[in-house]
Amino acid sequence: MPVNLLEDDVQDQSPSDEKEFHWTLNFGPQHPATHTTLRLVLELDGERIIKATPHIGYLHSGFEKLGEHLTFNQYVTIADRKNYISPPMNEVAWHHAVEKLLGIELTPRCKYIRVIIGELARISDHLLCTGAAALDLGAFTAFLFAFNTRELIYDVYEQMSGYRFHPGYTRVGGLLYDFDEKVLQRIDRVLQHMPKVLKDMEKLLFRNKIFVDRMRGVGTLTREMAINLCCTGPIARASGVTYDLRKDEPYLAYPDFTFQVPYATEGDCYARFQVRMEEIVQSVEIIKQAVKNLPGGPVNVPIAEKYPLPDKATAYNSMEGLIQHFELIMPNRGLDSPKDEVYAAVESPNGELGYYLVADGSQVAWRVRTRPPSFIHFGVFPHIIKDHLIADIVAVLGSLNIIAAELDR
Amino acid sequence: MSEEAAATLPPVVGQLKDRFGPAVIRVSTFRDNVRVLVAADRLIDMLSYLKAEAGFAFLAELGGVDYLGYPGRSEGARFEVHYVLLNQETHERLVVKVGVDDPDPILPSVVSLWAGADWMEREVFDMYGIRFEGHPDLRRILMPDEFTSFPLRKDYPLRGRGERHNFPRITRDES
Repeated sequence: MPVNLLEDDVQDQSPSDEKEFHWTLNFGPQHPATHTTLRLVLELDGERIIKATPHIGYLHSGFEKLGEHLTFNQYVTIADRKNYISPPMNEVAWHHAVEKLLGIELTPRCKYIRVIIGELARISDHLLCTGAAALDLGAFTAFLFAFNTRELIYDVYEQMSGYRFHPGYTRVGGLLYDFDEKVLQRIDRVLQHMPKVLKDMEKLLFRNKIFVDRMRGVGTLTREMAINLCCTGPIARASGVTYDLRKDEPYLAYPDFTFQVPYATEGDCYARFQVRMEEIVQSVEIIKQAVKNLPGGPVNVPIAEKYPLPDKATAYNSMEGLIQHFELIMPNRGLDSPKDEVYAAVESPNGELGYYLVADGSQVAWRVRTRPPSFIHFGVFPHIIKDHLIADIVAVLGSLNIIAAELDR
Repeated sequence: MSEEAAATLPPVVGQLKDRFGPAVIRVSTFRDNVRVLVAADRLIDMLSYLKAEAGFAFLAELGGVDYLGYPGRSEGARFEVHYVLLNQETHERLVVKVGVDDPDPILPSVVSLWAGADWMEREVFDMYGIRFEGHPDLRRILMPDEFTSFPLRKDYPLRGRGERHNFPRITRDES
């Protein structure tokens, strides 16, 4: 990969004695430890990092511009592709914002199903993050155990929507399909498998001296820094900020469930790892309760509310269904939105995933501003990597869980 | 605003009105969002007050919107930048908005209040060309440095203006 160092990367070349020995190293964008297209320009004193300058945008695809040209239902496929490690959570976040804008109250069954897919996505995301962090530090087996379990979660996605990777499962006012027995069986398989994989990972990692030594005390983020740098999610909770939108600003059906919000106070890589592992346990508990108490009834809001697409049987066999289908699908029709704007956020695996949505009365948003947790957390990176060694970069990057698609959008 | 609507507003809005008077241009609510439109010259004062004294110590989100051609909009600036603040003790949110107009949109930077605003302001600059005075390192962040337009402006076409063809290509020898 040819390297083009920009002027600002090598600036400050004053001939003072202190800086005489500093050298500049380019890290990424194609590097196995960055996992995706991240690039860092490091100013080093020997192996010690004096300054790290991240350069991002290699995966910029104009997702927010596209949001101004796709309808609320179409954009779910783009929302999916932001954090591709946990697509259903992005869908839930997107339609949560749209439904808040339109003032739709979901059916109880839909709320529960969205909680279930969101928590499955959280498990999947945390498994990859912790597994990949271990892989980067040389613990290969834990990564395979984690990845194996994610496969079972993909089976759930496949059964519920027909797609393994980007399900595109939510719709305005409901879901693409209802859950059936087979989906619940596959969820049950995940739940049965989880204790075993958690125990395996715990045995492999929690007392693994190499792993713990490389994580503990590395990349420490204090509580004050976490608040000042706008951190949310597991990264803030590992630094003692116990804020969790599921508990503190409850949405969907979260008030119905009993769960804990794990947190730590050390703020280092190991604390973030521990918080994520414990969040998997809590998510499993939430899914168990949600599956056990899954309400019956319809999954979409009634078609009289003019928002959901009617299913095929309704569209073909009833006049109301046909009219509704026509009204939503024809290019010069579509649903109406209020001429107003709203900010809505959910607790995604990485932190607060919010949308600032401006609508102009049509079914296409005027502005889709994403508040991407990866973007804000990567901004933290230069602050916490200072005075560490090159080898610590992979540990800190792994613990921040930066997803480039969400970072660059 | 009617008396009824004013009664449901959180007390912090009253405090802001008392303290900043005419600088509070408009207060509006939608769903559970409370929005305060503030004059640009009092923005930093208001955000500092909200951070230090009113408990809104957390900046949850910062972004821009271009209202060029927004249906039914006859007054107000072309661009608006929003600051979503969160009070982590009371779980309240407050959206502070500030308008800024063409041709030379400049706003004061809030990086001195929240270091986390650094990249978010850079993104607003990159996408809308709104410059933040006092920002330590205001460069493009997502688009390449050679890029000349501001892609999220409403007068920029979805498919671009062909800038990609003019990007410099660096060969292995030149690197």
